[in-house]
Amino acid sequence: MPALPDILFYVFAALTLLCGVLVVANPLSRSPVTSAMFLVLTIISMSGLFVLLHAFFLGIVQIIVYAGAVMVLFLFVIMLLDLKEEARRKFKFFGIGAGLISFAAIVFIMLKSLKSAAPDANNPAGDGDTASLGKLLFTQYTLPFEVVSVLLLVAMVGVILLCKKKLE
Amino acid sequence: MDWNFIIFSLVKIAVVVGVVQGMVAYSVLAERKISAWIQDRVGPNRAAPPFMKYIPVLGPFLTRLGIFQPLADGLKFMFKEDFTPAGVRKIYFWLAPAIAVVPAMLTVAVIPFGSQIGNQHMVIADLNVGILYTFGIVSLGVYGIVLAGYAANSKYPFFGGIRSSAQMISYEISMGMSIIPVLLIVGNLNLSQIINWQSTHGWLVMYAPISFVIFMVASFAETNRTPFDLPEAETELVGGYHTEYSSMKFALFFLAEYSNMVASSAMMVTLFFGGWSLPFFGLDHVAGPGSLGLGIAHILIFVAKLLFFMVLFIWVRWMFPRFRYDQLMDLGWRRFLPLALVNILITAVWLYLRS
Repeated sequence: MPALPDILFYVFAALTLLCGVLVVANPLSRSPVTSAMFLVLTIISMSGLFVLLHAFFLGIVQIIVYAGAVMVLFLFVIMLLDLKEEARRKFKFFGIGAGLISFAAIVFIMLKSLKSAAPDANNPAGDGDTASLGKLLFTQYTLPFEVVSVLLLVAMVGVILLCKKKLE
Repeated sequence: MDWNFIIFSLVKIAVVVGVVQGMVAYSVLAERKISAWIQDRVGPNRAAPPFMKYIPVLGPFLTRLGIFQPLADGLKFMFKEDFTPAGVRKIYFWLAPAIAVVPAMLTVAVIPFGSQIGNQHMVIADLNVGILYTFGIVSLGVYGIVLAGYAANSKYPFFGGIRSSAQMISYEISMGMSIIPVLLIVGNLNLSQIINWQSTHGWLVMYAPISFVIFMVASFAETNRTPFDLPEAETELVGGYHTEYSSMKFALFFLAEYSNMVASSAMMVTLFFGGWSLPFFGLDHVAGPGSLGLGIAHILIFVAKLLFFMVLFIWVRWMFPRFRYDQLMDLGWRRFLPLALVNILITAVWLYLRS
């Protein structure tokens, strides 16, 4: 009989994939709210996968930030705009091409970073607890961390600039 | 798997959930009684089972206190017609009350409600990221309300849902920022460790009073209680997000609101008021396996502190008028958020200078 964490891994992995597919290709409903709710379920099952990897902090932060804040804002916007059910679109060549290229890029980056991280099975890095994660963020990964935060700041400034009615 | 662990966990879950449900039922009674006293009325004083009047003195006294009112309320909720209006979005209409209740019940899982009885720690799950867990679960609670507003497919519930999503997100940020000084001081995310720290160093409300004030006000907003009950403002929105609900589905929203009150009272007690510890009479250290009395005393202390905050929640509701929506947003973003950030900075500098 396989161990409980193994069973749970397959349960959460299947849930993540299933809900992820239902976000974009739900045969029963084209309502944007349903898609958003399935995205919430995807995020929650992904945080289950994080917890199984003993990355408790990441798992919980995933729920707080994505399921608790970002997706609520998504719902907020969907409801305010009163989006109607989306009509089925025809696939465009350009769209498929762009999608494939970005998919390939993501796979490439993931493989690269997995290789460079090279997790040591005998000596897992800090068991994913908050203290060791914080140390890594402020020592080894300071530059990427700051670059990402500047990127978010730029996005925020851009939104405020666009929303301002009068520009001097 | 350790059978001992499974059995004891199940017992703890059953007891804690049962006690929280009971507290919910009787805090509704307390709400009605306290509001009655504040407004110079009597409050519920009639409901009683038929044999009660044959018991001398005690029977009429208990009836006058309204002890049996929650039973009558519960029966009423169960036997009323469960009406589903035409034109609602059925799936979400059914899901929303359940989505509102489940997070409210899950929050209490990490709260240490006592020190130790025998070899058992009085907490269901002693997570290392306990505080973050409660924040994560609380942030999911908003979906019940938003979906209820959306499912009803009518204007007033919709406004309630929209208001609630904006309000909960805004105050979650201040709430999260407000506890960072606590984490800086204690240096641990585990709620049991935070209580242990407080039993040696004194209650955290003395180290981080601003954090406590922000946390308390934000938890009023998170639980949709007056003065921040704009999602269900009955003078503006009929009944807000639960206008179209009846019977048990409506009761589930009530259950969720009061369970959230219990959970946030428990968080305030745990984070700022020493949890199950008291600084006098040697009640501040963990009860050993042999001292059953001390273990029970700790649970009683925790419940007493919890009830104090529950009464505070109720008292505030009947003493203060509702905020206007722009005032609510102004308070959350322009006052509490900067205050919380400055608070973090001051605490960090103070800790640096002291070390």
